[in-house]
Amino acid sequence: MPEAVAPEILGISTEVIGVWIAAFLTLAIFSFLYEDNPIYKFAEHLFVGVSAGYGVVITWHEAVVPLLIDPLFRPENVSLEAPNYIVIIPGVLGLLMFSRFIPRYDWLSRWPIAFVMGLSSGLAIPAAVQTYLLPQLYATMLPIWPGVEISAWTAISNFLLVAGVLCTLAYFYFSREHSGAFGVASKVGIFFLMVAFGASFGNTVMARVSLLIGRVQFLYEDWWLPLVAEPIKRLFGG
Amino acid sequence: MTTWDRLLDLDRRWIFLGIALAVVIPIVTKYALPQGKPAPPTVAVYDYIDDLKPGDVVMIAFDYSPSSMPELQPQALAVVRHLFERDLRVLSVSLNPQGTALGREVLATIGDELGAVDGVDYVHLGFKPGGSQVILGMGESIEVVYPTTADGRKISGLPIMAGVRNYDDVALLIDFAAGNLPFAWIAYAGERYKQDIACGITAVMATDLYPYLQSDQIIGLINGLKGAAEYEYLMGLDPTEAPGMLGMSAQSIAHLLIIVLVIAGNIAYFASGRHRRR
Repeated sequence: MPEAVAPEILGISTEVIGVWIAAFLTLAIFSFLYEDNPIYKFAEHLFVGVSAGYGVVITWHEAVVPLLIDPLFRPENVSLEAPNYIVIIPGVLGLLMFSRFIPRYDWLSRWPIAFVMGLSSGLAIPAAVQTYLLPQLYATMLPIWPGVEISAWTAISNFLLVAGVLCTLAYFYFSREHSGAFGVASKVGIFFLMVAFGASFGNTVMARVSLLIGRVQFLYEDWWLPLVAEPIKRLFGG
Repeated sequence: MTTWDRLLDLDRRWIFLGIALAVVIPIVTKYALPQGKPAPPTVAVYDYIDDLKPGDVVMIAFDYSPSSMPELQPQALAVVRHLFERDLRVLSVSLNPQGTALGREVLATIGDELGAVDGVDYVHLGFKPGGSQVILGMGESIEVVYPTTADGRKISGLPIMAGVRNYDDVALLIDFAAGNLPFAWIAYAGERYKQDIACGITAVMATDLYPYLQSDQIIGLINGLKGAAEYEYLMGLDPTEAPGMLGMSAQSIAHLLIIVLVIAGNIAYFASGRHRRR
């Protein structure tokens, strides 16, 4: 398949223009690290506006058109032989959400909200029990005594896991004073929580540095080398 | 004001500059640090894929947006390369609207390089709104949820779809995600339809996903840029070219600097006596 060629504006490829815009906006956002400034504000507001606009377009083209308009008015587009009038019901429910803009009729928006909440709860509650609660409980019921089935190292690992769960639960039990043995368990629970927060914070730092790396790679490899350094080199006969 | 106080009152912009240099210098010089031993959760994904038979179907969910690209795109590139090298059929979907373009780019880039054919070796079904309903729907019939591909071809006639009806015909599902969608895949495809699932996630999400690894609800986990580098290492890719390993050198140097700063900050805090003043 021949490679698609990007269209041009005033003889400049839109791909090149896109890279320049992306590089400018990246540097504009980074400029906040020095201090707040109008260029940063411009980039920030542009991002918010574009995101909102993008969301509207995506919702229209990926949800409203294929799930409501096509089944009603262009059934052939969605492999239907005849219009599917049942989609009028969710369509009307969706329109009722806009009643919030009219104070006299805003109570009508409770119906679609109730429908969505009912459906979501129906889906989420059994899933939460089956996925998050029971398997995690099973996974915590582990042998903690070394023997034929598990090695000493696995037993220690299992013991730490079970102790961590019980002590953390003790910390979050507020119906009894945290004193005596219960208080000790609760304090050990704090220790496990701190370890978890540390792991989470370490991973967050790694994620944020990764994002910086991604932007630096883009600025260097997609913008600086081909669009700045190379033309300068050519200008001076390099 | 003592030296310790001056260190504690250091303008934070010097730290930003230090981190920027720690990242920029390794990238510009293409400096590659030696890669450590890959973590078992990454190896688990690699081994699982390696044990699949040619022709088996792997479904990929590209559930991330450009803001997570630096971490997830290198993962996706490495895994898709592995899938194509193993002659596995790749079916991709996206529950994040922005993920569909990123997924298409990954499949086209590696597909072109390894000669994989669209519609035969891989197909991109694109974005569908609905999240959990889409996941549940594909448990009954993929074709009902996705009658057409992302570019509008009917999927029923495509060679790649031969014998593929629902999750029963999918050997592995890999979710590359930044957000809550892995939990939906685990709940609705994993628990409801017993689909084997692996996750490629941003590092921020790792501690939330580890419990599911420990309970065997997922078969493996690729964690952030580090996971991408580990997968590239397992694939035997060139460390000066592979984006994950290249990025990981900058990452490690930045981490070293952060560790030094944390230690220096703590020493300065106690040495200056500020802990007594609080």
